[in-house]
Amino acid sequence: MKSKAFIIISLLTGSLFRFALPALAQPTEFEINKTITPGNMPPIWVSMSGFTGEAEEVLKFDLYVQGFNFTNSDNAQYLIAGSNNGNLQGRVTDKFNKNALVAKAYSGASLRRQAHAFVDEFVQALGRKGIAQTKIAFKADTGRNSEIFVSDFDGHNAAPVTQDNTIVAAPTWVPGQLAVYYTSYKLGNPNIFYHNLSSGQRQAFSKYSGLNTAAAVSPDGKKVTMILSKSGSPDVYVCDADGGNLKRLTATREDESSPCWSPDGQWICFATKVGERRALCKVSVNGGPAIRIPTSGVLNPTEPEWSPDGKWIAFTAQMGSFEICVVPATGGTVTELVAGEDASWAPNSRTVVFTRRAGGRRVLSLLDVPTKQYKDVSRNSGSNSNNSQPSWAK
Amino acid sequence: MKVTRFTNLLMLGLALSFAVAGCKKKPTDLTRLPGARAGHVGDIEPTQPINPDNGLNGMNGVNGNTIPMNDTPGHVGWAENADQFKANTVHFAYDSSVVQTLDKLKVAAVADYLKGNSTAAVKIEGHCDERGTEEYNRSLGERRALAVRETLVALGIDPNRVDTISYGEDRPADPGHDESAWKQNRRGEFILLTPPQ
Repeated sequence: MKSKAFIIISLLTGSLFRFALPALAQPTEFEINKTITPGNMPPIWVSMSGFTGEAEEVLKFDLYVQGFNFTNSDNAQYLIAGSNNGNLQGRVTDKFNKNALVAKAYSGASLRRQAHAFVDEFVQALGRKGIAQTKIAFKADTGRNSEIFVSDFDGHNAAPVTQDNTIVAAPTWVPGQLAVYYTSYKLGNPNIFYHNLSSGQRQAFSKYSGLNTAAAVSPDGKKVTMILSKSGSPDVYVCDADGGNLKRLTATREDESSPCWSPDGQWICFATKVGERRALCKVSVNGGPAIRIPTSGVLNPTEPEWSPDGKWIAFTAQMGSFEICVVPATGGTVTELVAGEDASWAPNSRTVVFTRRAGGRRVLSLLDVPTKQYKDVSRNSGSNSNNSQPSWAK
Repeated sequence: MKVTRFTNLLMLGLALSFAVAGCKKKPTDLTRLPGARAGHVGDIEPTQPINPDNGLNGMNGVNGNTIPMNDTPGHVGWAENADQFKANTVHFAYDSSVVQTLDKLKVAAVADYLKGNSTAAVKIEGHCDERGTEEYNRSLGERRALAVRETLVALGIDPNRVDTISYGEDRPADPGHDESAWKQNRRGEFILLTPPQ
């Protein structure tokens, strides 16, 4: 069990600072604003010294996709210094009050993992959620077919989940669990499967006549929403996690798609057509009228995804090309972010993973919503494959 | 089962790689991906019949006129013939699921065949171009296949003889990225189904 390694923290000089620190006081003039404004916030400037090679790459990637950017020590708000001779050690100093926010050394696991852990500790010291040790699931083309893969959030350590030799699509995580749902044509029909990644066992979850797709699990893990067409039209349904209590939530002739949950588990937001125009709507999980979520300024909204903090809905607008957009969850003014489609929020409610079409292929990319900074993830699942439909584990 | 064994191996590898723990002082806000959950999810059967009019209102009062399917998939194990109706493939306008007037003649020819071959059934494949988002296209492809099914039913074919399947944008007829390719890809294809011998 060589991989059962643990990162041991040797509290080097850090211990002094850590215990001497009053609750991480921030200088008021540079207070971290936790209320994000999509698309128009400046990055947080940091300087970095002492790291090399893979460790430096990991740190830069992780920080960039969370809204940090790099400058010299004169212009930086936070000074990041350290080394990676074998193991990683690092310190983050707030330049204005000289306080050390983090001072840690790591051992065990991989250097990558140590760098991820260091970044997590830094962003947590700023009062945010760390995302550098999370996972994503996605669809990867294998020529005519596609399979589901799981990887680290930065695309590394990709591993196939399915080997169905057919179309497999629309992966989605069970919150807090090492388990996914996805749509596979394995049985000759698009059916939804539940797949436990710990045991490797899977089961057909929904295999009604017609379309079964786009599963999404409620935040408490107790319900699943999905698209079924057994009524004669693609509609939004919800059922219990054991498949019972199936309830049809929409009854239109239109083609509903991509249902997602509000973080309080009360609403399901989906894409449909209203009066010949595509629109986002929400419906109570208990049924009732569908309520339009206005997305003024853009056309053809699809693929809604509610942010974990409940404030925003990310979606894809299609106006010739695809645009990743966000709108307040109640609807309103849309902010267009970058060209791309199918955003999935990170647990920090500020980074999303999305699909970008580049050079005739589809690649996954991470976008920091407030700053619009984005970077493609590494492509370990085959250099020629199209990667799409990412889902961020939460 | 080969597949099961394979996935088991993969999952073992995955589980091992996930087993690498974080630092000793466990960060409190991290997404945790713990092990197997206790419960199991079984195949679902509806516990009660779905009544489309059971207080479930459509947007703008638009309701129904849809033709429900059998609860259990029909024609499992039937032979598939993709050539019989090659010439009958119908095409759709951008983002539309309306069967076009000229294409109705092609659908009528399929209906005539089914009337003359009472044991045969048909599967309609709905396809899209790549200009919609993926899951939107999976729904649109189904909506297209269902529109063709409704046309067959209007011509007197029993709906239980007509299956539908959506491939969204995943099986383009033309892999190109221009209008002439997209035009070919927005389509409904007929697969002849004949009962097992």
